[in-house]
Amino acid sequence: MSWNDVAAFWSDYTLRTVAAGAAVIGATAGVLGVFAQLRRQSLFGDAVSHAALPGIALVFLLTGSKEPAALVAGAAVTGWLGALCVTGIVRSSRVPADSALGLVLSVFFGVGLMLLTWIQRRPDASQAGLDRFLFGQAATLLTADVATMAVLGGGAVLVLILLWKEFKLLSFDPAFAALLGLPVRRLDILLTGLLVAAVVAGLQAVGVVLMSAMLVAPAAAARQWTDRLAPMAALAALFGAAAGVGGAVASSLTARTPTGPAIVLAATAIVMASLLLAPRRGLLAGVWRRWRRRRDLRLHAVLLDLHALAGQHGDPTAAPHAAAVLRAMAAGGSVRRSLRELADRGWAADAGDDLWTITADGRGEAARFLAAHAADGRPEAAP
Amino acid sequence: MTQPATHPAPAAPHTGAGLAVAVHDLTVAYRDKPVLWDVDLEVPPGLLLAVVGPNGAGKSTLLKAILGLVPAAAGQVLIHGEPLARARDRIGYVPQRGSVDWDFPTSALDVVTMGTYRRLGWVRRPGRREREAALSALERVGMAALADRQISQLSGGQQQRVFLARALVQDTDVTFMDEPFQGVDAVTERAIVDLLKDLRARGRTVVVVHHDLQTVPDYFDWVMLLNVRRIASGPVAEVFTEENLRLAYGGRVGFLERKADPTPAPGGRDDPATSHFGRIRP
Repeated sequence: MSWNDVAAFWSDYTLRTVAAGAAVIGATAGVLGVFAQLRRQSLFGDAVSHAALPGIALVFLLTGSKEPAALVAGAAVTGWLGALCVTGIVRSSRVPADSALGLVLSVFFGVGLMLLTWIQRRPDASQAGLDRFLFGQAATLLTADVATMAVLGGGAVLVLILLWKEFKLLSFDPAFAALLGLPVRRLDILLTGLLVAAVVAGLQAVGVVLMSAMLVAPAAAARQWTDRLAPMAALAALFGAAAGVGGAVASSLTARTPTGPAIVLAATAIVMASLLLAPRRGLLAGVWRRWRRRRDLRLHAVLLDLHALAGQHGDPTAAPHAAAVLRAMAAGGSVRRSLRELADRGWAADAGDDLWTITADGRGEAARFLAAHAADGRPEAAP
Repeated sequence: MTQPATHPAPAAPHTGAGLAVAVHDLTVAYRDKPVLWDVDLEVPPGLLLAVVGPNGAGKSTLLKAILGLVPAAAGQVLIHGEPLARARDRIGYVPQRGSVDWDFPTSALDVVTMGTYRRLGWVRRPGRREREAALSALERVGMAALADRQISQLSGGQQQRVFLARALVQDTDVTFMDEPFQGVDAVTERAIVDLLKDLRARGRTVVVVHHDLQTVPDYFDWVMLLNVRRIASGPVAEVFTEENLRLAYGGRVGFLERKADPTPAPGGRDDPATSHFGRIRP
């Protein structure tokens, strides 16, 4: 992409609007998604977003308006209602939470689809475009829409930041929060409300079907990179915004591509990269750690054998030992390769003729290793 | 079911005057099943009380009901003569270790700092003073060096000590602990015992749900035997009798025979593999 293309991109009003809107949605959903994930409510957002569909259809049916603010208000009402239904069912019956989520999600979504189909069968053409709420169409975003999103999302994030420590405690240890006298039930409702706001803010661009990915993916990716809550939320906002912009712009540049799937693909790429590459929790880091541990054990097994043999003789480093003896002592693995690697580290020396000796450094290392692992046998050492 | 034992009338019935904890007629039911039935408890200030009883006796529920964390069907709880709503600044809590998700993205210091949240009030963030208080609490349980560790990187005993430090930061008159000795190492067990003695020396009251009958006389001043109903409560010397234990634990009294045996259990007190596992389990 040349500078001219970049300049053309930023001077394009539609693209700028789309990118701004998607960034707001991604960042908001990312931050709220962190709390949803930590409270094991990731799929809760899915129920909320699906439950928003009948609200959109009802507002249109009742008022004939396609004003985004009105539609979003309708979405918020039924989305919120869906959330209440889930908690109500869990609290008052023996239906487990995942079943309650599935139940609410499918019933509300089913009603929404019925209403939408009904609307589309009506003779007049005024309904055109409502179906963009299914899979999202960022290209249709106007400045006014982005303003609505920014107010909703920004408001939600602001409340979250203000009550940061309260929400953190609520998410980590709700019983302790209650003990301190915090109104746990009301905070819970408020946090759910913020989640609803984040979800409905993104519906027009991402769609009800895939909106929950914006809650789940950035948070899951962010957790890979950090062990602290605030950096995790900031990273999730960043990842969400990046996925939002990437997906929305990609779908705007290609005609009639729904934005929801494009954004989800972008978010998935971020998650995959994070799962693989994160320094401590990443899969590659785990493979690397395991490989190093195995090599370490293999080397030390041979080193300790050398150490033991040397201990049986008078002068520790003088008498060389045949690799064959060491092979007989070893539990497995290639002894000669290990010996060469030990020599590379200066812990053993090649005496020629397939004979090997341990060096002074090697004896030091063997002693250190033995001491370190003798400590492991004890119950938890004091820090 | 056990028979309700006769117990002496409370010193100051229903007013809780002069008592750190006064529980009167507490009844808790999960759905239709009573978990606690008509429980009375009077704890004078400045002593260490163990709550013991078989599995399912309602020990944890008693703590949670006193703290208002589970709804009581009936009954009254007074902390230093005041109802819970007015006594929140006076109660600390060490929940069971398994009650939270230790993979939560937070550090040991951060968890301990949560003990200052009530003093901070709404919206205000913990500052240097709060962090220093939390750090010195961590120091008291021998965890200062691990303050910045993510909490899943701590051993079970260290996690338990994080919760203890959080209760220390709360700095309350009465502290409730739910099985703090459960599955901890010898170092942590000693830290908890030292802490209990320290709190008692400063006139604080600690109520501990406990399940290692062997250590009750060593660690505690008072004991309450519970099995849905209160079997007995009072000074260990008076109440911790074979008869009461039989009433609380029913037929499962293998423990009692071994208790009479003067030779210590294999492994001794400090062996983490054997010290806490109930010798009275069926």
